[in-house]
Amino acid sequence: MSMRTPLSRTRGLGSAKEGADHFWWQRVTAVANLVLGIFAVALLVSLVGSDYATAKATLASPLVAIMLLLFVLSASYHMKLGMQTIIEDYVHSEGRKMLFIMLNIFYSVFVGLTCVFAILKLSFGA
Amino acid sequence: MPGKRPISPHLQIYKPLINMVMSIFHRISGSALYFGMFFLAWWLMSVASGPEYFGFVQGVLASIPGRLILFVFTWALMLHALGGVRHFIWDTGRGFELGTVNWMSWLSLLGSIVLTLLIWYFGYKMIGAF
Repeated sequence: MSMRTPLSRTRGLGSAKEGADHFWWQRVTAVANLVLGIFAVALLVSLVGSDYATAKATLASPLVAIMLLLFVLSASYHMKLGMQTIIEDYVHSEGRKMLFIMLNIFYSVFVGLTCVFAILKLSFGA
Repeated sequence: MPGKRPISPHLQIYKPLINMVMSIFHRISGSALYFGMFFLAWWLMSVASGPEYFGFVQGVLASIPGRLILFVFTWALMLHALGGVRHFIWDTGRGFELGTVNWMSWLSLLGSIVLTLLIWYFGYKMIGAF
């Protein structure tokens, strides 16, 4: 048990060296989302009112599947980073902040993985 | 202890300016899309689950409340995308003049509405409404 204050123990160590990483990946996924999002919106609009066979066949075609996989991966990482910033801005109690940051990761991974699973299942023969 | 001290003025003190409103919208639309991704996962799973469940999910999304939710999500996506483009411009150190900030904010708001209506126009065209 140190007698020093938390501030004096961290003073001089600098940052955690992760801030720029968060910023960088936020921007990388943002650029990717812009391109892939246009594709995803066009794809979804093209499937409005389509029957099951058409929707299934479209999503199972390799190029569509790859583009959609890239979109859901980029989008789920982007939203994980964004929601983390919101949590860090508004949740001040340390314990609750940790809880929400964890829940954010769980939700983002769950949603992303569910999309990936569905796309791969369609591609490999649902 | 912080509750006793005077705090700096918060949102409700200021007259809402367009750049401030769009900044708030950017965060709100991002949060909406965060939960909207769940619908994308749900819909993709429905396609992967077979015709029966697909029909059920399509029915829910095509209902009036379903369409309303999808319309709001479309707008949120367009707003967030154009807000993102604005941030790319700011990332290069450009566009910080007050006038530029204002017209870029207005443009992204108007652009998001136009794009949303365009997307829905094509959507309704797909089901032969026009």
